Amino acid sequence: MDPMLAEKPVDLAALSPVDLHHRVAQFLYHEARLQDTHAYDAWEQLWEDDAIYWVPANGHDTDPERQMSILYDSRSRIKVRVEQLKTGRRHTQTPRSELARLISNIEVAAVEGAEVSVRANVLIYEDNLRGETIWAARNDYRLRLVEGAFRLVRKKVGLVNNARPVFTLSFLV
Amino acid sequence: MVQTEAPSRVAELIEPTRVHSRLYYDRTIFDEEMRKIWHRTWVYIGHESEVPNPNDYVTKSIGPTPVLLVRDRQGEIRLLLNKCPHRGNQLCAYKQGNRATFTCPYHSWTFANTGELMGYALPDGYEGVSKAGVSLGKVARIGIYRGFVFGSMAEEGPTLMEHLGGAKAALDQLCDNSPTGEIELTAGFLQHRTKANWKFMLENETDGYHPGFVHSSIFQVTKSGIANLYGKDSTALTRDYGNGHTEFDLRPEWRRLDTPLKWFGTSEERLPEYTAAMKAAYGDERARQIMIDGSPHTMIFPNLFIAEIQIFVLQPVAVDETIQHVTAVQFKGAPDINRRLRQQTMGSVGPAGLLLADDTEMYERNHRGALIHDPEWLVLSRGLHRERTDENGFRVAHSTDEVPQRGIWRHYLSLMQE
Repeated sequence: MDPMLAEKPVDLAALSPVDLHHRVAQFLYHEARLQDTHAYDAWEQLWEDDAIYWVPANGHDTDPERQMSILYDSRSRIKVRVEQLKTGRRHTQTPRSELARLISNIEVAAVEGAEVSVRANVLIYEDNLRGETIWAARNDYRLRLVEGAFRLVRKKVGLVNNARPVFTLSFLV
Repeated sequence: MVQTEAPSRVAELIEPTRVHSRLYYDRTIFDEEMRKIWHRTWVYIGHESEVPNPNDYVTKSIGPTPVLLVRDRQGEIRLLLNKCPHRGNQLCAYKQGNRATFTCPYHSWTFANTGELMGYALPDGYEGVSKAGVSLGKVARIGIYRGFVFGSMAEEGPTLMEHLGGAKAALDQLCDNSPTGEIELTAGFLQHRTKANWKFMLENETDGYHPGFVHSSIFQVTKSGIANLYGKDSTALTRDYGNGHTEFDLRPEWRRLDTPLKWFGTSEERLPEYTAAMKAAYGDERARQIMIDGSPHTMIFPNLFIAEIQIFVLQPVAVDETIQHVTAVQFKGAPDINRRLRQQTMGSVGPAGLLLADDTEMYERNHRGALIHDPEWLVLSRGLHRERTDENGFRVAHSTDEVPQRGIWRHYLSLMQE
């Protein structure tokens, strides 16, 4: 556990905006590092049981229950995805993508009880056997504070070019 | 003046059991394919359910060329080319919508969605010039079978039914899995950009040799029995329907297991509404047989792949780049199975798909490999000794044999030599 995340229980509503923003940013950087370094188990452990991990296609306001999405994972499918990566025979990640992502424009959109809604922009550089790819996304997160640490309830990765053909997206985005 | 096509060089590059790497990377061959295959034979465009209402349109393609699939105000299907005949401007910039007319943004020429010019802007400049005969380009022939819309850029040639031949049965088999006999493609398409020649996809769709290896990771994690279908003892068949159409026929395995909906990894008990609707539509005995046989795994040359529960459309955009368009099949009037069809499709295909991302990795490695000059020839001899003909006279062999790939190249050669 990251020392920044393992503090004693806190009341989100009681935090100053600066403190809340700092804690949210630290969590997003932590998740980014786990993804960039392919720390699959630690990343999977961030997810709550009612998780939704969503990468829409063909726009940003589609209904994932009716329309195709690039990725629309429940908690159990997140586990399958991670387990597949860990077999060493997920060929598109063998060898693994080299990754570095920048997270910026972090905004706390709302606080409701133990949950906080967050917006952020993400730019991901990927290098793999095909070559270099840049991914840009406007992300929405719903984080839940559990025993003093944030956990992921919902993550929507809004690729800016999701209405156009995109290359294989097999790293943890 | 009529241009006469120079004799194709591809005959030197295709032999019965091997093909030359050049076929996958040579730009002049790609251009020749566009003329002799994509702009001539029947190409799958889209499905009628994508334009359900009068004046609906959706942008589709024939290779790199965008094609507007339109339902005009009379309800008739039209295939228009997206180019203003005035200055060649791209006419419609949107993927889909509903409109009776298209107006070019450049000089405001306006066309009916039948393609005919309705009027010039500032018409005084065209005094005495007739509008008659001024229209958008059109795909010369339209053929529709069970809602599947095909187009041919050639004025003359085999009919769609002649082109489909034996593969027509696959479209019937697919639609029979719907209690209304109709499928719908209403969930939108994922677009998977692939840095590889289109023929690697065409060949792989009915390659039963690769799944046990390329997909072993997901079979292991989900404890799937699917790998057995691609094993030594499988009774499933590969089939060459002729005309470049090929199939991976799983029915012998499903019939051996004799369990309705086993093909979809589920059961009648878990899909009670669908099962009841099927029995009501077809009667108990026929419904049971349809639900045992399942949906086909058939590649209709050159670009329509029915992958049991998905429709893939292959779009070559360059010699080394192909877009795989894919969506979930939806059975009209069967909501309980449709949700499952969408969920399973999103998990397995598209850019993040647990299956297709690995296939696509292979396509891109195939393409990079093709560029290496030694060895030049690639081998397609698997199962030659055990090829036989089925009761309909089509070539079949073991599920892992290269009957489909040999059939594809046989047809490809015949088109390229004409």
